[in-house]
Amino acid sequence: MEPFFFFLFAAGAVISALLVISRRNIMHCALFLVLTFFFVAAIFVLLNAEFLAAVQVLVYAGAIMVLFTFVIFLVHIPRTEKIRRTFGQKNLALALGVFLGLEVAYIVYGAISAPASPAAAPVVQGGNTESFGVALFTRFLFPFEIVSVLLLAAMIGAIVLAKKEIDR
Amino acid sequence: MSGAVPLSYYLILGALLFIIGAVGVLTRRNALVILMSIELMLNAVNITLVAFSRFQGNFTGQIFSLFIIAVAAAEAAVGLAIIIVLFNNRETLNVDEINLMKW
Amino acid sequence: MPTVVVEIIVVLVKIAVVFGAVALVVAYLTYLERKVIGHMQHRMGPMRVGWHGLLQPIADGLKLFTKEDIIPSQADRWVFFLAPVVSLVPAFIAYAVIPFDRNFYITHLNIGVLYILAVSSLGVYGIVMAGWASNSKYAILGSFRSAAQMFSYEIFLGFSLIGPLMIAGSLDLVKIVDAQSKVWFIVYQPVAFLLFLVAATAETNRVPFDLPEAETELVAGFHTEYSGMKFAFFFMAEYANMVIVGAMASVLFLGGWSGPVLPGVIWFFLKVMAFIFLFIWLRATLPRLRYDQLMYMGWKVMFPIAILNIVGTGLVIYLL
Repeated sequence: MEPFFFFLFAAGAVISALLVISRRNIMHCALFLVLTFFFVAAIFVLLNAEFLAAVQVLVYAGAIMVLFTFVIFLVHIPRTEKIRRTFGQKNLALALGVFLGLEVAYIVYGAISAPASPAAAPVVQGGNTESFGVALFTRFLFPFEIVSVLLLAAMIGAIVLAKKEIDR
Repeated sequence: MSGAVPLSYYLILGALLFIIGAVGVLTRRNALVILMSIELMLNAVNITLVAFSRFQGNFTGQIFSLFIIAVAAAEAAVGLAIIIVLFNNRETLNVDEINLMKW
Repeated sequence: MPTVVVEIIVVLVKIAVVFGAVALVVAYLTYLERKVIGHMQHRMGPMRVGWHGLLQPIADGLKLFTKEDIIPSQADRWVFFLAPVVSLVPAFIAYAVIPFDRNFYITHLNIGVLYILAVSSLGVYGIVMAGWASNSKYAILGSFRSAAQMFSYEIFLGFSLIGPLMIAGSLDLVKIVDAQSKVWFIVYQPVAFLLFLVAATAETNRVPFDLPEAETELVAGFHTEYSGMKFAFFFMAEYANMVIVGAMASVLFLGGWSGPVLPGVIWFFLKVMAFIFLFIWLRATLPRLRYDQLMYMGWKVMFPIAILNIVGTGLVIYLL
C-alpha cells in the first residue's frame, strides 16, 4: 500500500508546487502553497516522522502561510503583473531548471544504484515524539538554544522594521 | 507493487520540488511569490533530510528539519516585514522596478 | 486481505456514527443556545415550531437550504466557493482522534493533541479566504481581525495545554485520560484550565471575543456576503469548533470518560455539555471586548501567566 500513497502524495505535491509558481493571482499561489505543505506533511507521515508532520502543518501551513496571506491583504494591488519585460529571463530560467533536473537525476541514479535496504530500522522506541524529544534535549541541546536566540532576534527585527513611529 | 518505497524515490521528489522552487525564484517578478518559492525549496530540503534520517535509522535528519522549519519561520517573518516596508515606500512589489541603486 | 476490508468497513461505520452524532449535536446546539439564552433573559426562546420549539433547527436548516445562493460579481469565484468548506472540514476532522470511551475512538494517534491543534489552526484559512473572496470592505476588515485574534489565541491555547501534557507525559489522548485515573488535571492545573477556557472562547469567536462577527460592528464580519448553505457551513463550523474545544477540555482537564455509574460515553457527553452550557452562559452575560483590549489581554496578560504556569509545573515535577 505504501507505494500507492507515496505516488499519490508526491504527484499532489509536485502539481501543487507547479501551480504555486504559475498562477497570476497571488492569493491562489498562497493557497496552493498551503496545499503543497499538506502533501509534504503527508510524505513525512509516510517516513515515520509524525511529530514533524504535525509541526509542519502547525507551523508552516498554520502560521507562516497565514502571515503570508495577511501580507497579501496589506500589499494587494488590484492589477495583476502584466508587465512582461523579463528580457528572456523566463526562458533561460526554464532551461536552467531542466538542466538542473537532469543533473540531479544523474547524481541520484549514479549514487544509489540499487535500492539498498529500503526499510532500514524505522526509529520508533516508545513513540516518535518521545525519542525525538530525548534526542533534541540531549544531543542537540546547543543548537536548540541557538535557535531560540535566533527566533528572538527575528522577532525583534520584524517588529522594529514594520512598526510605525508613534509620536506621544 | 513491491512492499516499500526506496530512498531514491524520496530524493527525486525532493529534487523535483527544489527545482520547481528554483525556477519560481528565477522566473517570477513578484517579491511575495519569490519568498513563497524559497519556502518551497526549504520544504524540498526537509523531505530529503527526513528521508535520509529514516533510512539511516537515527534522528539527526528530523531534528535538523525541525531547525529548518524554525529558521524558515524566522526568515519569513523578517522577509515579510521587509516587503511591507518596501511596499510602503515604493508602491510596487515588482522586483524589476526596485532598482534605485542601479548605475 | 479480508481483514483489511473488515477494518476499513469498521472505521467507515465509526466515522458515519461520529459524523452523524456531531451534525445532530451541532444542529441542536443552535436550538439549545436560543432556549438557554431566552430563559436567562426571562423569555421563552423558540416555542412555535414543534413542541416547545424542538423542530426549530430543522426549520432553520430548510430555510438556509432553500435560500438563493448569491455570489458577488467581483468576487473570486473559486476561493469564495471553497472558504466555507475550508472552515468546516478542519472542525470535523478533528473528531477523528477524540476518545469518547476507552475503546470508542475513530483512530488512535500518538500525537493526538498536536493533531487537533494543527487542524484547528487550519480553520483560520476559511476566514481569510472568505474575507478575501468577498471583495467588500467589511468582509476584509472582519476577516483580518478575526484571523489575527484566532491565531494569537491558538498560541495561548497550545501553551495552556503544555501543563497537563507535562503531567501526563504523552500527547496521546487515551493515555492522558488514563493518567487522570486518580485525580483530574483540573485539580493540578487550575490556572491552565482558566487559560484554556479564555483561549478557547477567543478561538471559537464567542462572546466576549466575538467582535469579528458582531452584527452591530462590521455588518457581519467575514461572512457578510454569504447566504444560504455557505452561511450555514460557517455557522456549523463555529458550533463544531465549540464542541471540539469542549471535548478537549473534558479530555485534558476533566478526565474524559471516567465516572462512577453511567457508561463512559454518557459521562463524556455530560462533560462536553457542561462546557457548552458555560459558553452559552458567557454569551448571555458578558459584554463584548474591544479589539485592542482583546489583543492586550492576550499578549500582555495571558501569555506571561501561561509561561509562568509551565515553569511552575516543570519545577514541581522536577522536585517531586
